[in-house]
Amino acid sequence: MAKRIDVSDLDIFYGNFKAVEGVNVSIEPRSVTALIGPSGCGKSTFLRSLNRMHEVIPGARVEGKVVIDGQDLYGSDVDPVDVRRQIGMVFQRPNPFPTMSIYDNVVAGVRLNARKMKKSDLDDLVESSLKGANLWNEVKDRLDRPGSGLSGGQQQRLCIARAIAVQPEVLLMDEPCSALDPISTLAIEDLMTELKDRFTIVIVTHNMQQAARVSEQTGFFNLNGVGQPGRLIEFNPTEKIFSNPDQKATEDYISGRFG
Amino acid sequence: MTSLDTQRRKDAQQSKPVRSRGDSTFAGLSTGAGILILLVLAGVAAFLVAESLDAISAPAEEIAGGEGVWSYVGPLVFGTLVAALIALLVATPLGVAIALFITYYAPKRIAATLGYLIDLLAAIPSVVYGFWGLAALAPAMVPFYAWAEDNLSFIPFFAGPASATGRTMLTAGLVLAIMILPIISAISREVFSQAPALHREAALALGATRWEMIKMAVLPYGKSGVIGGSMLGLGRALGETLAVAIVLSVSGGITFNLISSSNPSTIAANIALQFPESSGLGVSTLIFTGLVLFVITLAVNMLARYVVNRRADFSGAN
Repeated sequence: MAKRIDVSDLDIFYGNFKAVEGVNVSIEPRSVTALIGPSGCGKSTFLRSLNRMHEVIPGARVEGKVVIDGQDLYGSDVDPVDVRRQIGMVFQRPNPFPTMSIYDNVVAGVRLNARKMKKSDLDDLVESSLKGANLWNEVKDRLDRPGSGLSGGQQQRLCIARAIAVQPEVLLMDEPCSALDPISTLAIEDLMTELKDRFTIVIVTHNMQQAARVSEQTGFFNLNGVGQPGRLIEFNPTEKIFSNPDQKATEDYISGRFG
Repeated sequence: MTSLDTQRRKDAQQSKPVRSRGDSTFAGLSTGAGILILLVLAGVAAFLVAESLDAISAPAEEIAGGEGVWSYVGPLVFGTLVAALIALLVATPLGVAIALFITYYAPKRIAATLGYLIDLLAAIPSVVYGFWGLAALAPAMVPFYAWAEDNLSFIPFFAGPASATGRTMLTAGLVLAIMILPIISAISREVFSQAPALHREAALALGATRWEMIKMAVLPYGKSGVIGGSMLGLGRALGETLAVAIVLSVSGGITFNLISSSNPSTIAANIALQFPESSGLGVSTLIFTGLVLFVITLAVNMLARYVVNRRADFSGAN
């Protein structure tokens, strides 16, 4: 299920503006990789380029390669829709579909992929996905209620359940806890630790303690100045990044001495 | 500081919550506006009831047609509903499709131009629509009506005999459809364009195609707006007077045959055509039909409100 991601010489553009430049990185399967860095450094853009979600913005394009399991995501015969079905994503703000029940939210992606599924199979899938997201016990009695009636943390776990219900190879998380309280954040972090046995997880976070707690590998993005493209400054095991980073810029950032 | 304390103590003594003058002025103005609309509505209703009492209490044989007010208004209600329903059935899917094209498919420049042109449709006076329906659409539909009579006459709607002038219920309904199209497409466009990016991205990230994304995140979100727009359009179609009066060839009573030249009139068109030649009880009868139209419109709006509210939990407004 979990797959390795190889990124080579990746440049990301919005129109003529180069947002991210020259990223080379290998993301290990069955692990959590954290991306940190100041706002506007391109880490979210880079994350979204891993499932071609950045193309939602008109004029966005990339140069370079993103290879998952031998397949170039940006090959000329690859449909971005197929890419997104293999690579799930969880967003900064919880976004369950407000017009759907909790049940329908969980199976939303599955219904896109395989339209015909037996009701009992769907029921099982809903249960296992919600259990996988540590939400089952809280919502099992109200699966037919709207997902928007849940608390923020529950909504975010519902979104995780929705993402893992389609059995993706990779799970991308774009600051999944930044809109949540500390207790909900802890619940999501525990969940990530459980999920990494089955998925390759890449998370963007502004919370450096979070990166230190949950990830095996950490990448630090930075940019030289406004209007300059962001770059991957350093990519190393999380322990090394937070104790003895190779780059001065990384050390400045994680110790709070950042310009 | 001291003066502020004094002020506070004074307020506490008067035990009045502090409100700024601007706030209370605006609250008064908007409350007044709300009450005014209720008064106007109640006034119209009272006028209609008072003026139609004569017709309701009059003996049946004195009413035009000789069978009482209810027999008089029946075919008119039927004609009104059929014409409005045809308009709604044609204009709603078309309006929604246009709105989706403008918001999610068309290149920006085309979208802006098209939106402007559709809005322009709303600015054309209804007498022009009526004349266009009579002089252009009706003759153009004649071959279709003849064909429908030959091939589709097993459907009651196309039973025939086909009108030679094209001034049929279907033509009138189509003219109304074009008249209410801008309302429906403008409101649909507005709600579709406000479907939150958050949920559109959620659908796309699950691997939805653009159409699937629209089905998951845009249409459910915009549903109540589309219903609201359709009801506004229906309201206009129910009340449209001049276009129907010009286009529709009126003679006869209730029929489901949409392509013949004997059709029931609609309430509003009938009032416009009969009013100049009416007096006394005739006027009262016409006002009674107006009261019926008022009630129908009210019922339609309440039904729409009910439909919209039934699944309020899932509306996306929370």
